[in-house]
Amino acid sequence: MSLNPFETVREVVDTSPPVADEVKTTTCYMCACRCGIKVYLKDGRIRYIEGNRDHPVNKGVLCGKGSAGIMQHYSPARLSKPLLRVGERGSGEFKEIEWDEAMDLAVDWLGKIRETDPSKLALFTGRDQSQAMTGWWASQFGTPNFAAHGGFCSVNMATAGCFTIGGSFWEFGEPDWEHTRYFMMFGVAEDHDSNPLKTGIGRLKTKAQAKFVSVNPIKTGYSAVADEWVGIRPGTDGLFAFALIHELLKAEKIDWQFLVRYTNAPWLVIQDPSAADDGLFARDDEGNPLCYDAEKKALANATGVDISPALVGEYKLPDGRTAVPAFQLLAARYMDDRYAPETVADECGIPADKIKRLAAELAHAAFSQEVVLDVEWTDWAGRKHDKMIGRPVSMHAMRGISAHSNGFHTCRALHVLQILLGSVDVPGGFRYKSPFPKHIPSFPKPAGHDVAPNTPIPGPPLGMTTEPADLLVDADGSPKRIDKAFSWDNPISGHGLMHMVIHNAWKGDPYPIDTLFMYMANMGWNSSMNIPNTLKMLTDKDPETGEYKIPRIIYSDAFYSEMIPYADLILPDTTYLERWDCISLLDRPICSAHGPADSIRQPVVQPDRDVRAFQDVMIDLGGRLGLPGMTNEDGTPKYPGGYPDYIVNHERAPGIGPLAGWRGENGDQHGKGAVNPNQLDRYIENGCFWQHELEPNQLYFKHSNKDYLDYAASVGWIGSADQVVLHVYSEHLQKFRLAARGHGDVVPPEEHRERVETYFDPLPIWYKPFEEASVDTDSFPLHALTQRPMHMYHSWGSQNAWLRQITAANCLYVHPDTAAKAGVEDDDWVWITSHHGKVRAQIKTMAGVNPDTVWTWNAIGKRQGAWNLDKDAPEAKRGFLLNHIISELLPERKDGYRYSNSDPVSGQAAWYDLRVRIEKCTAEDADSTDPLFDAMPQRDAPREGDEKLRYGEEFKSPPSGKTGGAHLEFIGNREEVAETVTGVPSGHGNQKKEDA
Amino acid sequence: MTSLPETPTTKKLGLVIDLDICVGCHACAVNCKEWNSGGHSAPLTDFDPYGADPTGVWFNRIHTFEATDDVGNSRTVHFPRSCLHCEDAPCVTVCPTGASYKREEDGIVLVNADTCIGCKLCSWACPYGAREYDHDDGVMKKCTLCVDKIYNENLDEESRVPACVSTCPAGARHFGDLGDPESDVSKLVEARDGFELMPEQECKPTNRYLPPRPRKTAAGSTGAPSALEPQVDGGDSPFLRWVDKVLSR
Repeated sequence: MSLNPFETVREVVDTSPPVADEVKTTTCYMCACRCGIKVYLKDGRIRYIEGNRDHPVNKGVLCGKGSAGIMQHYSPARLSKPLLRVGERGSGEFKEIEWDEAMDLAVDWLGKIRETDPSKLALFTGRDQSQAMTGWWASQFGTPNFAAHGGFCSVNMATAGCFTIGGSFWEFGEPDWEHTRYFMMFGVAEDHDSNPLKTGIGRLKTKAQAKFVSVNPIKTGYSAVADEWVGIRPGTDGLFAFALIHELLKAEKIDWQFLVRYTNAPWLVIQDPSAADDGLFARDDEGNPLCYDAEKKALANATGVDISPALVGEYKLPDGRTAVPAFQLLAARYMDDRYAPETVADECGIPADKIKRLAAELAHAAFSQEVVLDVEWTDWAGRKHDKMIGRPVSMHAMRGISAHSNGFHTCRALHVLQILLGSVDVPGGFRYKSPFPKHIPSFPKPAGHDVAPNTPIPGPPLGMTTEPADLLVDADGSPKRIDKAFSWDNPISGHGLMHMVIHNAWKGDPYPIDTLFMYMANMGWNSSMNIPNTLKMLTDKDPETGEYKIPRIIYSDAFYSEMIPYADLILPDTTYLERWDCISLLDRPICSAHGPADSIRQPVVQPDRDVRAFQDVMIDLGGRLGLPGMTNEDGTPKYPGGYPDYIVNHERAPGIGPLAGWRGENGDQHGKGAVNPNQLDRYIENGCFWQHELEPNQLYFKHSNKDYLDYAASVGWIGSADQVVLHVYSEHLQKFRLAARGHGDVVPPEEHRERVETYFDPLPIWYKPFEEASVDTDSFPLHALTQRPMHMYHSWGSQNAWLRQITAANCLYVHPDTAAKAGVEDDDWVWITSHHGKVRAQIKTMAGVNPDTVWTWNAIGKRQGAWNLDKDAPEAKRGFLLNHIISELLPERKDGYRYSNSDPVSGQAAWYDLRVRIEKCTAEDADSTDPLFDAMPQRDAPREGDEKLRYGEEFKSPPSGKTGGAHLEFIGNREEVAETVTGVPSGHGNQKKEDA
Repeated sequence: MTSLPETPTTKKLGLVIDLDICVGCHACAVNCKEWNSGGHSAPLTDFDPYGADPTGVWFNRIHTFEATDDVGNSRTVHFPRSCLHCEDAPCVTVCPTGASYKREEDGIVLVNADTCIGCKLCSWACPYGAREYDHDDGVMKKCTLCVDKIYNENLDEESRVPACVSTCPAGARHFGDLGDPESDVSKLVEARDGFELMPEQECKPTNRYLPPRPRKTAAGSTGAPSALEPQVDGGDSPFLRWVDKVLSR
């Protein structure tokens, strides 16, 4: 070709190259959001992954993590064959073995446990998206010792929500993005429901009719685009909520009608301090709660209709005792000057006038900007209403609240605030996602009171305890579970305490176990607190016998993570694109406020390694072990086709299986129905998901909406179509408190009583996070937190060839004033010291952070050699973890006992309670992070090019001959833009409504 | 050196990026990387991908920075940066071989890899730093506005849009003809006071950024008073006030 420097050389651009031989749908697993994806395949390789426009979760969008799936799938960190440890634990010396040998070994180890004492198996499955199966597997095995990672993630949100509104923030509720006028978000929330939140915030701001307030010590991510950033001091959100409640109560800006119709605020609470029923609800002979009917001037069944319940006053019960409405106790507590904005301002780090203004803005949005929808609906009592009237204040919270030892009560405080504003499941408010709400005492209770050889436990290992008799404790009050869940340590630990299993198993407290079987949680690194000691516990031996204190560890993961060297037997998992999965309504569904949905993963490519999906392995193991649910009467395996066989053919109850869509022999039933052998084909035809859209008259007031409640009961989500009454006052908490006072058959041992009495307050309380309360805050003046990088999911994201180009090292971010006080500047190395230990990091100053707070990105730091990265990878040298300096235990109680570093109600790991000081390093220290652990041996796994990666060049194709055409305009948030910009038609993306 | 189209192109395809709602999630950058790794300029080579200094070719990068005023009020800004497909593109006129060019039919600025000699003059000339040199191929690469996607008849119609645009979870990115005042993107730019980046450079960029909307922070910005008026003074009085309230369930 000739080069003529004096004129433009015209290139023929191929504008229609073939993209794929085939496009397959499946579900993303690059984080917990579970978006629908379309995978473009060319010559058996993955060409492109895009969001599925029809999918209810992401509606076509895909985040940075999901878009990097190709690099995850072809990662050199992938394991390729089962491994058996041959060196000492921790050495990383393994030999590759065949699957037959691996399965025989596992069956041998587990079979012996099951024949003797099934509780000697602890099955903890991490970031498992198949807990409906793995929990059931544990039950069938007969061990109560099962949990996934919820105990160190979200259990404060789950329990507090379920006990207050019968639902939850987290990913199980959402703001009414379309109608809300005021959206308040508490704490870091970038990691859950990640695409729906980004989309919602984008829509809300594009429509420009709402105010978005972010209450967060750190101004990144969502906080950066908020109308107002409230840089609160960590762990004081509950106090801030009480100050807002204080202002609303004093100004009488509360929704009285909402309180009497939908909540237990008018229910009468017995006032008889020494009695066994003090603080419980007064009830009639049928057990109905009582209220005082202000019109009839008499006691009445509080669940009745057309009554006029009083919210204040003292009333005589038939037995002569006194009772007051729960609301009166609530109002008296929060109207106290203790919760006045002026009182809490310094503690919260928020000026009093700002708190007052925010309260006024909430009230204005709720009571002066009512949303009225012309939709007729019927309430639980059968009364018709011609309109749906809502108070358009919405809220969201997740880890920023959850990861504190006062998180349970703080989350309850936020829900009580929502209730007082009348904004729970109303137009413009917070909305439940299906299958919520659920009746507050109706959650399944944890099974495992009795354990016997070769015998299943009679129900799920995890559940919600609502009274002391539900606890899994011995007659002397000691825990029955290895993680001490559902014991007096943490009575309502609904998701277990995965963060304690290694410590307790090592210590033999409450008892030693035989085998720790874990899946997809990097417990040898960023999923554990106190990593240096955790690694010692994993390798510690009994000096008498020479055996490991934790005798056997089995681990399944797809990648060569920091946990791998600490296991004895490795069962290599597939990537998410090579497997079947189901995202089940029995587990952790992908529903929305518009209705239920579930989904599947299908293998879009076949593994090129000798790996098996963990779920297939579990079904296979269950059959080999002869677990009742997984074995036919003749002893043959019940699901020889593995996990997909189970997904289709398993029934948890008659007609109810893992998937709700296309049930019945002909696939024409949804929710309940017989097994449909072609169910997976129907899912694949529909893009690998199923959804049902609720009718307009079912969309709001779900706690009290007859048409909704009838539907929910008909599909088995709730046991009856009764109203779901919201609990501002929790009688269930009071029951535990009464036990602490010595009432009832199951009472806590003396040494636990003060703690249970204190933290089982039936109304939300605020107390200093435990670490702040127990360390010298002059020595440790700063809070230390992590934020979630939106482009990474724990250590899985930070090993990714593309994502690590965005972030491969992390700094400690410090307010300029705080840095000046410590005498440090940008890029200086500092020691970050807690009461437990110290870690070295480089600092960066930023003004958008609470001055009492320092923070860093989560899970960037890696151990040298891990994930098959080079030993000099920045993640190992300049990446660091705060985990090293977080203790898994609280300081000693008077008698020397140490509780776990968790919320005292729910057992939620208190990651964000950490207190530190920072000090400049000496020059000789200033080169890399510390502690540095011995490098893990590098594995010679296949690597797609060591020095360079030229992924994609193989997709070039011969010219199509097409060189252009007409373009299609794309408008993001087109519907909302259409409402605000004249002349822009509505629709979606590049599809306008007239042609959509 | 290389000539621009003789008359300005009538069609000016480009991006409109809303800085008010960009949360800095990097979705656009990674999805761009993903599409283009196998696309017109494939590959987008990555160097030392698992080593000490992982770097690579990206057509779109997100910069997050903090701006602080004199009294310490800060704003965190997420700023996505890619080629702006300028009308007076200095990267084109500086090119000694004609490899860097602007398409007459739609205004997209491209590099012809067959004639690029890797001299990097264009990257020096571009005031926005929007060019990416692929050391392995020895040629300059850049945002193609997904020229092999937006017209691609092998894709569903809904997918015929730049990867960064369709993937943006916040809906912060828009695509269309900024040369047509009646186009949806032009109306959006007009309504939101969309601005040119660094107009003083006189490159006449096609892409537009939408500025952050005024924040509703000040008292009264939502119509609410600055504080609520107490109706009760605490103590027992509220209960007396409320005891006669008749509400119906």
